[in-house]
Amino acid sequence: MMRILLVGNPNVGKSALFSRITGTHIIASNYPGTTVGFTKGFLKLGEDQVQVIDVPGTYTLEPISKAEEVAVEMLKDGDLVIDVVDATNLERNLNLTLQLLKRQIPVIVALNMWDDTRHRGININVGKLEELLGVPVVPTVGVTGQGIKELVRRFPEASVPETTYSGSDERWARIGDIVKQVQSLSHHHHTWYEHLEDASNDHIGGIFIALLVLSASFWFIRFVGEGIISYIAEPLFEWLWTPLLMKLSLVLDSGGFWHNILIGKLINGQIDYSQSFGLLSTGFYIPLGAVLPYIVSFYLVLGMLEDVGYLPRLAILMDTLMHKLGLHGYAIIPTILGFGCNVPGIMATRILESRRERFIAATLISIGIPCAALQAMIIGLVGQHGGQYVAMVYGSLFVSWLIIGFILNHAVRGFSPEILVEIPPYRLPLLRIIAEKLWLRVHGFIKEALPVVLGTVLVINILYAMGIFNSIANVAAPVLTNLLGLPKETIVALVVGFLRKDVAIGMLAPLALTTKQLVISSTVLAMFFPCAATFVILARELGARDTLKAAGIMIAAALAMGGLQNLIL
Amino acid sequence: MAMYPGEQIPLRQMNIGQTGTVIKILGGRGLMLRLEALDIRPGKKVTKISSTFLRGPVTLRVDNTQVAVGFGMANKIIVKIDQFLPGNFAGR
Repeated sequence: MMRILLVGNPNVGKSALFSRITGTHIIASNYPGTTVGFTKGFLKLGEDQVQVIDVPGTYTLEPISKAEEVAVEMLKDGDLVIDVVDATNLERNLNLTLQLLKRQIPVIVALNMWDDTRHRGININVGKLEELLGVPVVPTVGVTGQGIKELVRRFPEASVPETTYSGSDERWARIGDIVKQVQSLSHHHHTWYEHLEDASNDHIGGIFIALLVLSASFWFIRFVGEGIISYIAEPLFEWLWTPLLMKLSLVLDSGGFWHNILIGKLINGQIDYSQSFGLLSTGFYIPLGAVLPYIVSFYLVLGMLEDVGYLPRLAILMDTLMHKLGLHGYAIIPTILGFGCNVPGIMATRILESRRERFIAATLISIGIPCAALQAMIIGLVGQHGGQYVAMVYGSLFVSWLIIGFILNHAVRGFSPEILVEIPPYRLPLLRIIAEKLWLRVHGFIKEALPVVLGTVLVINILYAMGIFNSIANVAAPVLTNLLGLPKETIVALVVGFLRKDVAIGMLAPLALTTKQLVISSTVLAMFFPCAATFVILARELGARDTLKAAGIMIAAALAMGGLQNLIL
Repeated sequence: MAMYPGEQIPLRQMNIGQTGTVIKILGGRGLMLRLEALDIRPGKKVTKISSTFLRGPVTLRVDNTQVAVGFGMANKIIVKIDQFLPGNFAGR
């Protein structure tokens, strides 16, 4: 099958263009690094089905980060390259174009962001550019789809022209020459959002905006999450699901093996979704009723922050702090992804340059960054006793994150490179792309999490029936009761935490813990070990030795923090 | 910190709003390549937009792009000042 590669700098609207060409759902964001790995889609070209591949954004074919290596690697097996060029940054983008023209693969240029050139006062002579490059050049607007048909129509004209330059100095000279011939600039006025961009660069303004953005995000996530729970999820479960389960319960004679597995214990003759712990009751309620609403609200906010172009600005503000942890500001992006789910967070550490940084960032994410599923359950369970207790859990996690990062920065050999990042202009996010992206992520959660949660609940019920948890509990009792002040039954939750952390928190509910014990067990659960999915990714990204190191740090840190809480709370 | 047209200083020491031409980059090939990829190379005009306190990153404009570079990096990019901007002397 013919393979078409979409290649271009980060932040040139490549992913939006991809979504327009293929018409499939795709993650399209505003910051570099999001398409590490890659996305593919299909396009019908005449009679043939062709494959379209969204190659990770890169500035050059002389790769610097792991993400860029992927891009160069993928060039080897393409039949046609669509070079996506940001028309408002012709010179820098042509650097990649000229490097592409030297490869033995036909190229067609999409002159994207064409609509932006006008208000920025940039005039480009497209015909002249086409003549100088020797390949077709088509003005496009990825977000509206303008020019896409023309682009596809001209695929057959793509060619490998004669290019005559050697070395980067000659290349830049050639680029300078081309730009001089095709581009003219006229004066333009600052738009209101360019003023806003300047304000968020100023450091006092920047901190003010960051506080505003982060607190608004947090408030919005909670407001929407709780809203979905109380107005959609809970009524649905109560009016639709409970009556069905009660009928099933009657059929199963309100007890017995299958009743225990499917429905669980009846509390006062009723199903209690937080305590019954059956496959169909709690097993469905945790992922769909308690967690899904927060997944939706978190990823909605994250998608908006990404597409507006705010995250690189946050990275700059965080740079000084992150240097104390052996990272630089850009590491805040994988960290924020980790708040949704640690798996993509750890995968995104690939945008960092050195192995040392990736180790520190991945370890810190798995210790100090609770995923949305875990957070939803903590807010639901601990929050019943008051917001201050939720704050205690978050505060403990944040302090651990800081201290461990500080220690790792001094203990791990090697150096940390400095931040070097393009700050894309603020852009109004497109509702369509936000919605597509949200759907992709929510769909991913349901697909990945639901089977694991159900499997976990099933295993728990079987192990309970076999009495295995009792023997584990007795072995672990000294550590739990003496060090952490927790009843020995909580070991079950800690063990389950390895499979799914949300289910693990759910298992604390029937234990009648004191508020202090809830805070300790939630904190320890969040820190002490990543869930199975995260563990697998950690091993893949860091290798076996470093994963074991990271795991050791997690266990030690969790016991230390839990012990400390037991002493002072 | 008085700066005059023609003076050669590290990017870090430029006033906010000041424009200069990159003269050289003090650093290895790795740094050169990373900066070149973002079109920061000898001969380019750059304008300093902001700096962050506590040795944080410096933001600059190259053509239509804003780029943030680490504090240490900003010390290795040597620029020749183009413009004399008296109003900005109090800016740092």
